Amino acid sequence: MFDAIKLVRINIENVNFYYGNCQVLKNINMHIYQNKVTAIIGPSGCGKSTLIRLLNRMNDFIPNTKFEGTITLDGEDIYGPEVDIIKIRRLVGMVFQKPNPFPKSIYENISYGLKINGIKDKNLIEEKVIKSLKESALWEEVKDRLYESALGLSGGQQQRLCIARCLAVEPEVILFDEPCASLDPISTGKIEELIEKLKKNYTIVIVTHNMQQAARLADYTAFMYLGELVEFGPTEKIFTVPSDKRTESYVTGKFG
Amino acid sequence: MKRSQNIFLGFIYFCAGLTLLFLFLIIFFMTVRGIRVISWEFITSVPKKAMTEGGIAPAIVGTFYLTLGSIIIALPLGLSCAIYLCEYSHRNFVVNIIEASIKNLAGVPSIIFGLFGLAIFVKFFNFGVSILSGCLTLSIMILPGIISASQEALNSVPQSLREASFALGATQWQTIKKIVLPSALKGILTGVILNIGRAAGETAPILFTAATFYKRGYPDSIFSEVMALPYHIYALVTEGTHPQKQIAIAYGCSLVLLFLVLLISSFAIYFRQKQMSSEKCLMQ
Repeated sequence: MFDAIKLVRINIENVNFYYGNCQVLKNINMHIYQNKVTAIIGPSGCGKSTLIRLLNRMNDFIPNTKFEGTITLDGEDIYGPEVDIIKIRRLVGMVFQKPNPFPKSIYENISYGLKINGIKDKNLIEEKVIKSLKESALWEEVKDRLYESALGLSGGQQQRLCIARCLAVEPEVILFDEPCASLDPISTGKIEELIEKLKKNYTIVIVTHNMQQAARLADYTAFMYLGELVEFGPTEKIFTVPSDKRTESYVTGKFG
Repeated sequence: MKRSQNIFLGFIYFCAGLTLLFLFLIIFFMTVRGIRVISWEFITSVPKKAMTEGGIAPAIVGTFYLTLGSIIIALPLGLSCAIYLCEYSHRNFVVNIIEASIKNLAGVPSIIFGLFGLAIFVKFFNFGVSILSGCLTLSIMILPGIISASQEALNSVPQSLREASFALGATQWQTIKKIVLPSALKGILTGVILNIGRAAGETAPILFTAATFYKRGYPDSIFSEVMALPYHIYALVTEGTHPQKQIAIAYGCSLVLLFLVLLISSFAIYFRQKQMSSEKCLMQ
């Protein structure tokens, strides 16, 4: 059921990460494959959010951190000295744990990313706004209120707006950092459905607390514990025949 | 237990009432004493007959110029400083020094600013006793307030909005300009307006640097001295030659100044209210 040829988009090699003197990631090695959903699971504080945030350099803003190792996107070292961080962040989009729409209109929320990336043609912007709203399954719900504040939307709609905002700048990889953590089951269902669909065109990494979600969505699953990558492999294997005791205890609900 | 709580509650109500009473008394007293001289002519014409008759228009104009000028100088400086401290700097020695300086600057008595202005702007830079010297002195005085208010406003913008912007490939400056500043705008404005009130009302900083007891007509350049409301009141009361008439005018002047400052503050309250209602939206 897994493709014979797997294209590695992101390669994580010997990654260590420190907040001050505290090492939060220990020698992480894993691949993110093209057009697959990769889930990172593990108990709170195991470093899964830290890891996903390394992939688009969102940890740059946290003072007193230290990064070691190599992360490459299509072979390009994203922590290399000459890398264009802006370009990396455009290629690797992110959806956060809590919906964080800008306090602007629905339309402006999506056009923002286009404008900062230098698109000036109004028709083109409109076309892309509509396209990404449709892609994120929000269009039908908001088409009559595009110019109203995004803060008036429900939590689930806001999160889909954040996904639309992310899609508008046409990333190739999308990072989801516990996207459903603050949503009700119905909204969660919609987001999962959406991620399932997005897989066709995008490479997806999702951090989640929810093991069922990982089992439903992911092609590959990584289990992290106390800053270590305990096990990484096809989701089926992780959930049915894990090779590590700790993975087994976690996925069977013995701790976490 | 119950009794001590009641006593404490009573004390709190008493204190709150007392505060209100003082404000009310001041306004009432100034109105009673000052309303007699207030007329259209009083606020639109120049003083006459050794300031025993006529109006206070030059003082109103002077206070307007001084306040406007000090905001024009202090706002860009203060806002830039706050942006640096909140958005660009990391906790280090230099930043700690800057923040400590700002706090200390806020605690300096205003007369010291006046003397400093006299020494530096009036004498050293040779701007003379002028609108320019007064504005510069006032702007240094209100700078800490503007910086703190702007810092507070910038810090109240959720980090998640900055992250959202960065994750779309925005540069730091784009994020500040298009996301952070618009969200912080109302808070910044509130701070600015409160400091406008302060700049308009202070006497000591302009005592040696800008204000004059009496001036025929209106200032013609930034190098002219000006009449200003707070100083005019001070001068009428302490140095007047016809106390009966002039002290009445001083009360009229006070009423005008009080009204101006209250007006300015009520703008601030209005903005704060709007800010709060938009934050409620954000929490939904």
